[in-house]
Amino acid sequence: MSELIPVFDFQRVIVEPWTIDRQHFLWVALMGFFVAAACGLTGVYLILRRMALVGDAISHSVLPGLAIAFLAGSLASGAATGGSPVEHDLRSPTLMFIGALLAGIVTTLLIEVIHKKTRVKQDAAIGITFSSLFAFGVILISVFADKIDLDADCVLYGEIGFVTLHPYAQWGGTDLAPWPVVRMGVVLLLTAGLMLLFYKELLVSSFDSGLATSLGIKPGLVHYALMCWLSVVVVSAFEAVGAILVIAMLILPGATASLLSQRLPAIFLGTLIHAALSALAGLHLAIWLDCPAAGAMVVAGAILFCAAWLLSPSQRLIATGLRRRLTSRDEPGLAGGVEGT
Amino acid sequence: MNPRAKVWLLSALFLAGAVPLHAARIGELTDTTVLEQITRFFSLRDPALRAVLLGSVLLGITCGLLGSFIVVRKMSLMGDALSHAVLPGVALGFLWNMTKDPFAIFVGATLAGLLGTLVVYAITHTTRLKEDTALGLVLASFFAVGICLVKMIERLPTGSKSGIDKFLFGQAAALNTQDLQLMTGVTILVVVLLALFYKEVLVSSFDVGFARAAGLPTRLIHHGLMLLLAFAVVIALQAVGVVLVSAMLITPAAAAYLLTDRMHRMLVLAAVFGVASGVLGAFFSFLGNNLPTGPFMVLAASAVFGTAFLFGPRHGTVARWWRQRSRSARVERENLLKSLFHVLEAREFRGEGVTLQEVCERRRETIETVRHGVIALRRHGLVTFDEAGEAVYLTPDGWQRARAIVRNHRLWELYLTNEAKIAADHVHEDAEEIEHVLGEETVRQLEKGLDYATRDPHGKVIPSTADILRGDSAASAENLIGYGKRP
Repeated sequence: MSELIPVFDFQRVIVEPWTIDRQHFLWVALMGFFVAAACGLTGVYLILRRMALVGDAISHSVLPGLAIAFLAGSLASGAATGGSPVEHDLRSPTLMFIGALLAGIVTTLLIEVIHKKTRVKQDAAIGITFSSLFAFGVILISVFADKIDLDADCVLYGEIGFVTLHPYAQWGGTDLAPWPVVRMGVVLLLTAGLMLLFYKELLVSSFDSGLATSLGIKPGLVHYALMCWLSVVVVSAFEAVGAILVIAMLILPGATASLLSQRLPAIFLGTLIHAALSALAGLHLAIWLDCPAAGAMVVAGAILFCAAWLLSPSQRLIATGLRRRLTSRDEPGLAGGVEGT
Repeated sequence: MNPRAKVWLLSALFLAGAVPLHAARIGELTDTTVLEQITRFFSLRDPALRAVLLGSVLLGITCGLLGSFIVVRKMSLMGDALSHAVLPGVALGFLWNMTKDPFAIFVGATLAGLLGTLVVYAITHTTRLKEDTALGLVLASFFAVGICLVKMIERLPTGSKSGIDKFLFGQAAALNTQDLQLMTGVTILVVVLLALFYKEVLVSSFDVGFARAAGLPTRLIHHGLMLLLAFAVVIALQAVGVVLVSAMLITPAAAAYLLTDRMHRMLVLAAVFGVASGVLGAFFSFLGNNLPTGPFMVLAASAVFGTAFLFGPRHGTVARWWRQRSRSARVERENLLKSLFHVLEAREFRGEGVTLQEVCERRRETIETVRHGVIALRRHGLVTFDEAGEAVYLTPDGWQRARAIVRNHRLWELYLTNEAKIAADHVHEDAEEIEHVLGEETVRQLEKGLDYATRDPHGKVIPSTADILRGDSAASAENLIGYGKRP
């Protein structure tokens, strides 16, 4: 048991990442923040629209989309070089995004078809859809293991530590940042931009689809657009955190922030703060315990959530508990007073 | 072809494409053909295979029974959350004495699963967060803790060959005798408990208010069911894996839900589907040597669901489409009959037969459309059609149907104007819809309620039921030249 949890070595866990290993750690931390923030911002609307589990479904069903995209990529490059697949160009970002988008749309459609056309309720429809698609993806990966450059570990918890192994983006001859970080940064910027641009549409259609319709906003269109964007975010986070931990990245920041405030702008701010904190704390935790970084980020985020849950001013869990105890202590005294008279 | 049929067909094609490719690879590796593998599977000579099959059967029964209840209680995704939440428990159970002791893992996983459901309960009851968010939170956070623990265990010298990662996607081939004992125990427990408390669980699943009023401990039943669910998830782990257990709970039960309205039938069907998908999954996984079992079981279950979705006798898409089609065809026929009646009525039932031209003018349709409609009527024995003269003659049957429809229409118009006080020029659309669905019983009540009125709000004659049943109208017998027989 004692060998399971290594001794907390302040020098190794906290100091060295920022000094000796800075070149690597900085990019990983930035990547972690970008992933958590982009997912978190999208996730706020999922929580508001009570579609957190649709996020769960899409994050699972992106897998077959990716598998098919990789397969297509390897077939295409195999054809181009006369039969032998080329090692380096299997992960074409364009194909990945197309695959993920298709998977996202298929998931949304399937859930809707099962839910609307049969007596099966939405929750069961979600469960059936994503588990079938995920199983299909796993089978594709294991059957075409030599053609699809994806392994089960990557599916489960990603490989965020590997971002610095990727080639760097160049700007005027100097190395700028590793490509995955650049890509994720662009996705984050786009997410924030889209959220700002369509703030009113998203807000109104999330809270009151009747009002949205009368304002000339199409709630159905907003729904599908959100689902498409969700697939894009999920697939760009996929390599870093895997298919399952993405759910935590989607829900945890927004849920924590909405415990602390009821104003949407404040919730967005809280989401960003939670993303940054959980990325930093999680990476240090991962170095300490020597466990997957994405998993540790989620654990850190969950701890932050618990803290917010216990301490939040609006929920007043501790405050209510205290008050209840005080009043219950008062009651016997009161009763005693009545008895005395 | 409609889009969902396309989706299913595509996935079937993909599967069909995957299997032969894969079979080719096995052939290279083990020098056995697919056929030999199949005979090996069905002859049950392999003891490991027998264990796998027994495991799949037990798993199918437990998951099917419990799944039915969670599907009707609308808690399907609780199974999903629970299955991810057991992972840290599995890891801790393993840590207990650093072996894959099924009982320690069972206890650890059950405790973790229960803790997960309690946290969901606590979050939904103490914060503003909704249940879906709470489920997602618990699912992913517990899973993250589990992943970290598993990786930390694998780092240990004793943990590296533990095979604990097999819990993620499942490998039924690794089932041993102890696992099977545990599975048998849990299955018996689930069957016995559900049989004993069937009525209580049933009532509290469908009507919580009533159950509470009847004095049933609904909260206890909820938590008891969660405990059984945790048991089921834990025994399914080895075979299906953490990630896909929920599918074994939801999909067979949902397929059964599509086929029947009775709970006991649903339970039996769900268990049968569960067993079938377990065995099918084991079969495909066996064909492809080292492939994970779980995904194949899940896809088999999805195939069962897809079949029920498309071909279910009552709620199936094909059946429903067929019903809808035949209903709209009937409405079309009745409308055409009504037009024939109107044409005849307009010339006070004089003349013989109705020409297509007249019907076209009345219905404002092309001659081709009307011809198609008339041919459909002829197929049902409602008219005879003189192709050369393009004239239509109602048969006695057709005459009866036409008058019945007109009667329904006019009675309803009268009812709306008299009883519901709707203006006479607003009642036509409504009557157009309802004339096709009014039953004989309702018509009699209407007639009686309207004092056997003979004129509708627009002053037209309402054919009376008595006349229609007599097959002839005594009141206007002399006018009935044109209704039927060829001259």
